[in-house]
Amino acid sequence: MYVADVQEETKLHNVGTYEEALRAFDWSIAENELGWGRGSPVNIGWHLSDRICRLGLSQKPALLWERSDGRERTYTFDDLRVLSNTFAAYFHRLGVLPGERVCLFLDRVPELYIGFVGLLKLGAVVQPLFSAFGEESLLTRLADAGTAAVVTQKKHLPKVRRIREALPGLRHVAVVDAEGLSLRDGESAFDLDAEPRASGFPLFPATAESPSVLHYTSGTTGQPKGAEHVHGSLLSQYLTAKWVLDLTRSDVYWCNADPGWVTGTSYGIIGPWSNGVTQAVLDSGFSARRWYEFIERRRITVWYSAPTAIRLLMREGTGAVRQHDLSSLRHLASVGEPLNPEAVHWSREAFGLPFHDTYWQTETGCIVISNFPGMAVKPGSMGKPFPGITAAVLDPKTFEPYRDGGRVGLIGLRPGWPSMIRGYRNNPEGYAKKFANGWYLTGDRASVDADGYFWFVGRDDDVINTGGHLVGPFEIESALLEHPAVAESAAVAKPDPVNMEVVKAFVTLKPGVAAGPDLDLEIMNFVRKRLSPLAMPQEIAFVDSLPKTRSGKIVRRVLRAQEFGEPVGDLSTLMED
Amino acid sequence: MDDLRKTILDYVTREYLEEGDDRVLQPDTPLITGGIVDSFSMVSLKRFLEKRYDLKIPDADASPEAIDSVEKIAALVTRFAAVRV
Repeated sequence: MYVADVQEETKLHNVGTYEEALRAFDWSIAENELGWGRGSPVNIGWHLSDRICRLGLSQKPALLWERSDGRERTYTFDDLRVLSNTFAAYFHRLGVLPGERVCLFLDRVPELYIGFVGLLKLGAVVQPLFSAFGEESLLTRLADAGTAAVVTQKKHLPKVRRIREALPGLRHVAVVDAEGLSLRDGESAFDLDAEPRASGFPLFPATAESPSVLHYTSGTTGQPKGAEHVHGSLLSQYLTAKWVLDLTRSDVYWCNADPGWVTGTSYGIIGPWSNGVTQAVLDSGFSARRWYEFIERRRITVWYSAPTAIRLLMREGTGAVRQHDLSSLRHLASVGEPLNPEAVHWSREAFGLPFHDTYWQTETGCIVISNFPGMAVKPGSMGKPFPGITAAVLDPKTFEPYRDGGRVGLIGLRPGWPSMIRGYRNNPEGYAKKFANGWYLTGDRASVDADGYFWFVGRDDDVINTGGHLVGPFEIESALLEHPAVAESAAVAKPDPVNMEVVKAFVTLKPGVAAGPDLDLEIMNFVRKRLSPLAMPQEIAFVDSLPKTRSGKIVRRVLRAQEFGEPVGDLSTLMED
Repeated sequence: MDDLRKTILDYVTREYLEEGDDRVLQPDTPLITGGIVDSFSMVSLKRFLEKRYDLKIPDADASPEAIDSVEKIAALVTRFAAVRV
């Protein structure tokens, strides 16, 4: 049950009213606002910097950056314009060509944000990767992408060096803080502050279909897939940032997401800057006190966070909130996993505002279903489809939309909105499997209520959603098998009160190996270092055997069902021990 | 530095600093806010402490704030070792 928030419904917002926006919608709204068709370049890099300067906002702060050690920098939109040109010019001199992949393997330092813009101006495909990735995760993604250059920091360079021999296509490694380092062949020191500033750069003449960003996303089978985005995605990212996040020029916006993931680029770079909005970045690990201090000092007005972070804040209680003046906040949104009703209620109590859940995926490139500003929030609901997005709950057998509400099925989206990816790199078969009966299949299950609100139920596959990040079981199982003690492995989701799901691994040991008291910790750290902290099993069960089909395939669903306390289903096809 | 702090400091340095990362950690170096140990890796750090010192730390007490430095971790271990006794 929910109570309509009258105050929410009567405020003025960019979207106007949802119903009106729905009736009059056309993506040409974004094209017109961005000046497409009137001679404006399509290149996203130009729209995030040069265009905003031309609107008279060159001296407005684009980036308010600070780090855990207290270091701070402020960059105006003109700084962003010039420094992104400088970045583009540097890689142009190195011989990086339009269409080549350049990986940003960086913490949330200014070079990550500025470099993203600069590389787009060059026409390169930006491949941001989470800096906590271990060398195996890094190698998989760089090898698949055929990455030509990596931009990194001194502290991450050893990981790149350890895998470099396996990457013959990797021509350049640029280190942004190389002072004191002894560099090797193919490595260069790239100090953005020390580079001659380039006030201009010959912009790559991107079309709407030119490749722009490559994000890797996990599936049930095989290695992660490279989701290929294009410059035309800007239309969706610009308009959803304006209508769903309600960004205006007077806002100071904070997105918690790391640009190694799609939220951190679509809404941590493209969305706010294409709207000429100042954004604040905190390069720091989680701390409730530090976060509240940041909101207070930076006078954050719009905050885009994640359920895991919100639940961690809830643990600290409203007392921690009361110690700070957070009255600048005016709109809150969340993404990554379903936002539980308790979190919505708590945020009303703590901040006087509800978090608005938003739903989308790496493949969609933009928010596709959400609780809109000005629309009554139903706590626990995903909200309604963005205008221009046709969403339905499909019968999993026929892929026809259910006509009667309330039934649980697959979330399907009609392809065709601007930021839908154009394919998976090197994997056309995998991409083709994402479509049926004219629908893009999200892999998520939901129902729709009588008011048209969507309600998330769960994944339709074995992918694990931990803290808002999708982790593929295959990648974890492969890493587990590399441990000398492990004979067989299965990785499944386990419910978790903070992260929604965490990874649990079931392993059988090789003959003669005993599960000593420290073996589980040893295996956890082994996976963490090879893949990433996200992929590290938070629990390891040593078992004598794993459930398998008669053909020998491990059946994860049985293990997963046990973890969730659900019926295990048909076991007739399983092999007997 | 006493044995408790040294053991924890050595473990954190060995397990959470990248090979080749030449930073020298101190007992008061911020681990979580400093980005050395992330929120997912906290689980493995907590597991180490529980195994090494034979104690159980409730999740609610192993908050990011409570394990943000070797000093704080040592205080946490001392507190729960006392509970166990």
